[in-house]
Amino acid sequence: MSLRTLPLLVLNMGGEMLYILDQRLRAQHETDDKTQRGGWSEDDRKRVLNDIVRSMFSKAFMEELMKPQGLYSQRALRCVLTRLAHTSIMRLNPASMDRLYDLMMMAFKYQLLLCPRPRDLLLITCNHVDAVRDMVKDSPCLINQINDAQRQILEMYTPLSDGELQFIRQTLLSLFQDVHVRVSIFLKEKIQNPDGRFVLPTSGPVPHGSDVPGLIRWFNSRGREVRRREFPSGGCYCSSLREGSFDVAGDRVTRLGTNMYCTTSSEDTRTSDSSKNTCKTKQQASVHPNPLAKEELNLLAKLMGGMEVWNLASADGGVKVNLFLSEQEEDDGGISSGGDEPAFGVINIQATQDHQVNTELTRIAEELLVQQDQPELPSNKGDDLLAMMDEL
Amino acid sequence: MAKMYHKEKSIQIKSSASALYNNLSVLRIAPRCLTYFTVVHANVVNMVSASWDGLNYSHRQLQSKEGNVATSSSLIMQAAWCVLPSRDLLVLTSQKGIQMYESDGSIMVYWHALDTPETPTAQAVFARGIAAVRDKYICVGVSSGSVLVFDVPSKGSNITLSEVLEEHTEPITDMASECSGSMECIADLVSADDSGTLCVWKSGGDFQLLNKIPGFDTSCSSVKLWKGTVIAGYGTGQIRLYEGVTGILHAEVNAHARWIYSLDIAPFTGLLLSAAEDSLVRVWHLTISPETNNVEIEHLYNECVTDSQICGAKFCDGDGYAFAVTGYDLSEIIRYTQA
Repeated sequence: MSLRTLPLLVLNMGGEMLYILDQRLRAQHETDDKTQRGGWSEDDRKRVLNDIVRSMFSKAFMEELMKPQGLYSQRALRCVLTRLAHTSIMRLNPASMDRLYDLMMMAFKYQLLLCPRPRDLLLITCNHVDAVRDMVKDSPCLINQINDAQRQILEMYTPLSDGELQFIRQTLLSLFQDVHVRVSIFLKEKIQNPDGRFVLPTSGPVPHGSDVPGLIRWFNSRGREVRRREFPSGGCYCSSLREGSFDVAGDRVTRLGTNMYCTTSSEDTRTSDSSKNTCKTKQQASVHPNPLAKEELNLLAKLMGGMEVWNLASADGGVKVNLFLSEQEEDDGGISSGGDEPAFGVINIQATQDHQVNTELTRIAEELLVQQDQPELPSNKGDDLLAMMDEL
Repeated sequence: MAKMYHKEKSIQIKSSASALYNNLSVLRIAPRCLTYFTVVHANVVNMVSASWDGLNYSHRQLQSKEGNVATSSSLIMQAAWCVLPSRDLLVLTSQKGIQMYESDGSIMVYWHALDTPETPTAQAVFARGIAAVRDKYICVGVSSGSVLVFDVPSKGSNITLSEVLEEHTEPITDMASECSGSMECIADLVSADDSGTLCVWKSGGDFQLLNKIPGFDTSCSSVKLWKGTVIAGYGTGQIRLYEGVTGILHAEVNAHARWIYSLDIAPFTGLLLSAAEDSLVRVWHLTISPETNNVEIEHLYNECVTDSQICGAKFCDGDGYAFAVTGYDLSEIIRYTQA
């Protein structure tokens, strides 16, 4: 389909990934569990985020992303995003990466579906980029990198027609077709139904450039309106909001693409604006068992409860992150429960070997990974996980 | 408002509908009491044959073709039946070319490969927009804006490309031929593109451009031609009614809150069906006023397909007694009949 999908995929899903990692690393820091070996400091968190952002917005990587190319398969895309995550000192085991990826996918699918008009996809991308810029605001060098990349993206996409942008959106929707992973934060916020499908409201402001449905107007041959009549629209719409900004900085107006993991829920009576309390609230909420947990991937509960982190002997060693709940699952070598009942099906459009895994893009990302790798790691069960990650 | 239509039993399809304009085609075969449906999913067309008594369903899947490659991942943009006096053909348009099958999908009778550049440019190449015109033409649109005119014999596979119409400069979105059956209408075909430009044509050995109606940089995703009136559905959710030959705008409807994906006309009664990403299907009534000879439009009915972005909606018969709907990610064809 469209040959311009990759930058939007990587920036939006990469953005979601950073939101989740940031929130998890903050939560870990705040639980302050003295039984953990070592700790997970504020500096560690910032370092992880900075490293990933540096790779994601590097000139070479962005250049490769922006070349016209076909839609990546789920497998190839996941490979790229995994490599990006591993350009930091953090290591995720395969099961954690699975679940992280599911969460990223469903978040972006939601944004694609709810996107009022195709052009708003650029505003959603800008929301992600704006938030990432804020995460690394202490680093002027990274901010410059991000600004350059954002400028390039806007230059590439803003001139496209609405029809072309819709075509890009349709191509992206085809990648996420038939993916219905249930995510507890979405279920709780009532934006996802129990069957995994998203709620599409028939109310609210119409997209910018559209009119509220319900009016028929007749014109004479000179173009003058001669009659008008209303009809029941079956929804509850109001006029569109003002248009969001397509500049490097500005008010995007839409909330899609902003960080949903750090907003205070409407039921939360605590008005503290610190993200700490919100994270704790969600942590407690996830302890209560979800009756459908056996059949569904309760991503957020697992992410919440089981982030176990340990530092290696050397101060600069790679930090492994296990998102599992229990020691038992960890001993299984990080095999996910995917064998039992996958709660979703992923479409593999390519039946033959995935050549995209070996593209220039992943090669560059790999190079970045190698630079960050520590030469020696003490042998422990973490080695098995690392070996498995390399096979991805 | 009394319910004009009620929901019938859905038809399950083998895979879900993709988010593509006009993603449902219906062919009614009265002599065999069957109706065929097609729904596109990625590189596959799901075809279902449903008996009118609701007891028998049979399924078939057609793959996209790509030159001499055995299995193709080339994505299909549209599938539609073309009804000609002597034969019906099923036409598939994809990123690689145009395939034409016998109406039951059993045999491919023709393949036309699109010119694709050696190295990928930023502009994607694909075919989209299908219409059967008069006695023997099948017209197909291309992403460059060209309209390919194929000459179809009454039987056999000796189909030839007879003409290429170059008026549009933006990708073709949809095409429609005059469906009222009236021989008095001058205009035979309308083509629409991503900028909203509409071209009105008269068919023949050489197709003649009767009118070019400019767009307002709003994509026209679905178009119909009935009794000389062009009915166009846009990305803004508007429907516009133009007089084809003169280009005069007669009516404008703020019909939907999101991008319109499908329009259809029941030619015998003038019922119009519109469907959009806003989950709504609307039924309208078109009439030609005898005094002014202008088209009148009246809203009749709404149906909400909850939590679905509709991508296809078609009447199942010429009177509009029943219609069918597909939605992105849905693995069923939802049907409604008049109460």
